[in-house]
Amino acid sequence: MDFIINFLVAAVAAGTPLLFGTLGEIMNERVGHLNLGVEGMMSIGACAGFLAGYHTDNFIIALAASFIAAALSALIYALLTVTLMANQNVTGLTLTIFGIGLSNFIGIWALERSETGTLKLPEMITAQMRNISIPGLSDIPVIGPLLFSYSPFVYIGIIIAIVLAFYLNKIKSGLNLQAIGHNPGAADAAGIKVTQYKYASILLGGGICGIGGAYCAMIINGGVWVSNNVGGLGWIAVALVIFANWKPVNAIGGSFVFGALRILKYYVPKSIFPLPNAFYDMMPFLITALILVITSMRKKRNLSLPANLGNNYFREER
Amino acid sequence: MSQNHHNDREPIFRMVKRAELPDRQITLLRLSALILALAAGGLFILSVGYNPFLIYGTILSGALRSPMAIQATVKIIVPLLITSLGVTLAFKMRFWNIGAEGQIIMGAVFASYFALFHADWNHWVLIVVMAAAGMIGGGLWGLLPAWFKANYGTNETLFTLMLNYIALHIVSWLQDGPWRDPGSQGFAKIARFDKNASLDKVLGVHFGWMIALALIVIVYVYLRYTKQGYEISVVGESQETARYAGMNVKKVLLRTMMLSGAVCGLCGMIQATGSDITLTTGVTGGVGFTAIIVAWLSQLNPVTILIVSVLFGILEKGSSVVQSSFGLSTDCADVLQGIILFFVLGCEFFIRYRLVRRKKRAEDRGEGGGR
Amino acid sequence: MSQSLERKNAIECRGITKSFGTVLANDHIDLTVRYGEVLALLGENGSGKTTLMNMLSGIYHPDEGSILIGGKETVIHSPVDAMSLGIGMIYQHFKLVDVFTAMDNIVLGTKEKRLSQKALKDKITGICQSFGLEIDPEKRVYEMSVSEKQTVEILKVLYRGAQILILDEPTAVLTPQETERLFAILRKMKEQGCAIIIITHKLNEVLEISDRVTILRKGKSIDTVQTAQADEKMLTELMVGQAVSLEIERPLIEEKQPILKVVDLTVTRPDGSVAIDDISFEIRRGEILGVAGVAGSGQKELCEAIAGLMKINKGAILYEKENIIGKTPAEIIKMGISMSFVPEDRLGMGLVASMGMVENMLLKTYRNSRGPFVDRRPAREMAENLVDKLGIVTPGVNTPVRLMSGGNVQKVLLGREIESKPNLLITAYPVRGLDIHSSYTIYDLLNEQKKQNVAVIFIGEDLDVLLELSDVIMVLSHGRITGFLDARKATKEQVGLYMTGAVKQEVGA
Repeated sequence: MDFIINFLVAAVAAGTPLLFGTLGEIMNERVGHLNLGVEGMMSIGACAGFLAGYHTDNFIIALAASFIAAALSALIYALLTVTLMANQNVTGLTLTIFGIGLSNFIGIWALERSETGTLKLPEMITAQMRNISIPGLSDIPVIGPLLFSYSPFVYIGIIIAIVLAFYLNKIKSGLNLQAIGHNPGAADAAGIKVTQYKYASILLGGGICGIGGAYCAMIINGGVWVSNNVGGLGWIAVALVIFANWKPVNAIGGSFVFGALRILKYYVPKSIFPLPNAFYDMMPFLITALILVITSMRKKRNLSLPANLGNNYFREER
Repeated sequence: MSQNHHNDREPIFRMVKRAELPDRQITLLRLSALILALAAGGLFILSVGYNPFLIYGTILSGALRSPMAIQATVKIIVPLLITSLGVTLAFKMRFWNIGAEGQIIMGAVFASYFALFHADWNHWVLIVVMAAAGMIGGGLWGLLPAWFKANYGTNETLFTLMLNYIALHIVSWLQDGPWRDPGSQGFAKIARFDKNASLDKVLGVHFGWMIALALIVIVYVYLRYTKQGYEISVVGESQETARYAGMNVKKVLLRTMMLSGAVCGLCGMIQATGSDITLTTGVTGGVGFTAIIVAWLSQLNPVTILIVSVLFGILEKGSSVVQSSFGLSTDCADVLQGIILFFVLGCEFFIRYRLVRRKKRAEDRGEGGGR
Repeated sequence: MSQSLERKNAIECRGITKSFGTVLANDHIDLTVRYGEVLALLGENGSGKTTLMNMLSGIYHPDEGSILIGGKETVIHSPVDAMSLGIGMIYQHFKLVDVFTAMDNIVLGTKEKRLSQKALKDKITGICQSFGLEIDPEKRVYEMSVSEKQTVEILKVLYRGAQILILDEPTAVLTPQETERLFAILRKMKEQGCAIIIITHKLNEVLEISDRVTILRKGKSIDTVQTAQADEKMLTELMVGQAVSLEIERPLIEEKQPILKVVDLTVTRPDGSVAIDDISFEIRRGEILGVAGVAGSGQKELCEAIAGLMKINKGAILYEKENIIGKTPAEIIKMGISMSFVPEDRLGMGLVASMGMVENMLLKTYRNSRGPFVDRRPAREMAENLVDKLGIVTPGVNTPVRLMSGGNVQKVLLGREIESKPNLLITAYPVRGLDIHSSYTIYDLLNEQKKQNVAVIFIGEDLDVLLELSDVIMVLSHGRITGFLDARKATKEQVGLYMTGAVKQEVGA
């Protein structure tokens, strides 16, 4: 029993950065922009969040810094793809190369200027990020560890997902936003400010990705800065968007499932399932590829997939 | 009635699609984008406390200062160049092959099988077999998404992206298990290839560079002058039109992606047997992604691809020299590369569109009308 | 609604001028429409109708002149502005989100809060009742027929309280019966006090629905006449600027040998629905077979089946007594069957927009040269030849065809097909979007082919043209042949009735 609970708790932790990346990418794709820069935006968020936390020793400021820095990097993407109508794939890939490079560069630069030769987050912020413990609730067997034992990041991610779902499904402006992803021409004709929505959504999405990056930099390596700390999680997030069928609420479950896949290799007894580790690492991508194939084989219309995904919008003047 | 007060709140600029710009003006625009980018990169270098001129100078001289340096630069250029040519074939067909990484890896895997287990064959037979195996490996990895696209319309951008990581983990499985070098003492890695299974050097660099140069000509001629190349551009422009002209769109799609993957696979073979002399998970060095950018920025023109690849190669090699002489990390190269690309990507807009200031239209020249 | 509204001008345009680059699209146009009135805006393609309407809906801004709405001078900055002034635009190409329901499409972009499904449904049903519209608010757009989609578009503007409706070629995609229903709705709106502008180039519709007609020609407003005092001939002359004979030539070829016989043909679409449902017919040399039908009745699939582009479920296609089913499209082209299909966006199939004439000439012949390389020389000769023969206006044979005008593009397309000296020429919507003169050039080209003993299948939209140009008319409805008529005797009403699939009756051909 404990074994299973431990596994589930670890799965949630492993899935948390994915949740942010996925939610951020959903907000990009929902307005029709396939942003392959998730990895880059997360890296920039990681660097900004870590350094802000390192210098201010304040968790909230670190979160804000990661959000803002990543949103600014998303601004580059938005400027290029929305206003200047550059190719989305190429711009996204460039953002990834740029973001990882910048994050590592600044990290090393800061490292060389630190007195100890390492960058480690100070005490207070570490305490602020520590797994919560609510007297009474966290001690309940099973439910306590499963629901009330995580880092604040987990709860922030779940709240963002629920808010986004509510926004998309229940608020008028969310309907407008969806319309843009499906048919920007129709949205434009209906008087929706397509460009403003796109910018807002891409920036918000980028910012959310950035928080995921902050998790990678601040939690995964125990508060010590290492290069390449996002380590490909951004790409899994791109895959997860498909798995979650572009729905924020599905992203919660999807992230934890993929989180479970990431750590499965440590929990599955090798004597019973002698599968190589690489197989587990491959699973998220294999499953996503299968989902892609299966959904395309089904003739049924996918109502969530933004029909105009990947295409820029230009209001033709004659 | 007064004539112009209506326009008060009309946007100051509006966009108009350009007809065709003269080539000279296009080159001029791109060049100015490049200069702006270098200026922006310079500001970045300045902001971290270095002299941009010194750094740029070191990059250039560092990449080209000695035969040794040039050889190292060429070694960086070769995979980028070949892969860019590979994805160009797919892009010409508007097939978003983001899967070059995976195709390179699979090419390397297929070739490595022979390098590891048939190293005793005659050298040239082995090289040819490995090249063929690499092309088959990459080709099949490219064929897979094309087949699903042709039959079910599966989104190729996302599917090829997934295939990259599947391929990557196949290598990590191989080096962790079946192909693990028993002599590596605890390290999960694949043994170094026998000398017989590695590419010969010509002028100090493995002869992959000759293959790369030959491929430029081949791809150029193939796209420009052959029937198959013509088919690719028609299919890329409009599948419906291609169908109406009696082309077998599915066949063109599969064939072209097979070729695109095969060229990338060949790159994998060259990297494994020429550069790394073993198979690692880092066989691609990320060129699969960079190549997409190179091909796109070069407007899918093989000659331009050569130029851009050379520039990228110089930047990368030069940055490693900057690291050793100034202690700036090589990530600097990625940052500069990113900045340059952002500017060039943004500049494309001004080639395709024109901003028109509001007020009198009578002054406008030309291209708005016509219909 | 009230009497006072009826007398008031809804829109008054004074001296509207708009130029694009050096092209003067609107040249001091005056136009007035009153509440409780239907105004037809008549003009050929390129006469400036759409530009004018785009200025009323806030997409463009006039260089000169003024617009008065309800008697007050107004500046329309954007489509949102137009909407708040009570102007609703119904575009020819629907601007709807396919995966949304009718309801969601209707409320999209409005300022109000998201209503509950129930409240919204009631509100929409209310509007439907007062104007005689029918729609299922919860149906998704991609499951709708063309006329249902149009209803949603109309509801969109009514929901926003539009008092002034502008409809851009609304009947282009409707059957005569659906057109009748639309007109009934428009009349009802008129009674309710709405002002309606209907843009069209179909004269009979102008005469049927409008109270007054404003005619545009080459960017100028030529005249405004009371519909009651107008007739087709007069309107055409005003529109074209000279007396034109509306007669289409129809030469009679005596000897007609059968060339293509379709027997019990059934074709299903990739999604599994039946496109062509067990049809049989025959076409002879020296004959134009007109195919009539509502959009999507199986015209495209019929073309593609004959051209070898679609899988055939059942039946046979005999060309010169040989069954061509199973042959590749390339083989069929070689046998002398030529097919061109002009889709709605005009450049989709048949031509490659970004390529020049030379490369486009190659499309169907590039295989003919030996070896792996393309030979561009004959294509260049053919292109230059066509430019001379058909008077194609283009800066050069390598200029991308997308930069050429519609008429010239269609000449290139049809010209290339004819150059291949086909025995059977299938052409679908070849005059789509062309002005009268260009259309007549195309009809002449087709008649020319007919005289040379080519069999022509002409798939058209305009029933008047079909009736005048064809020898025989075949009517398709839901993939079945509902009528086979002698074009010299048939009437439009007959054809219209068959188009709805209401009757199935063989009239000797």
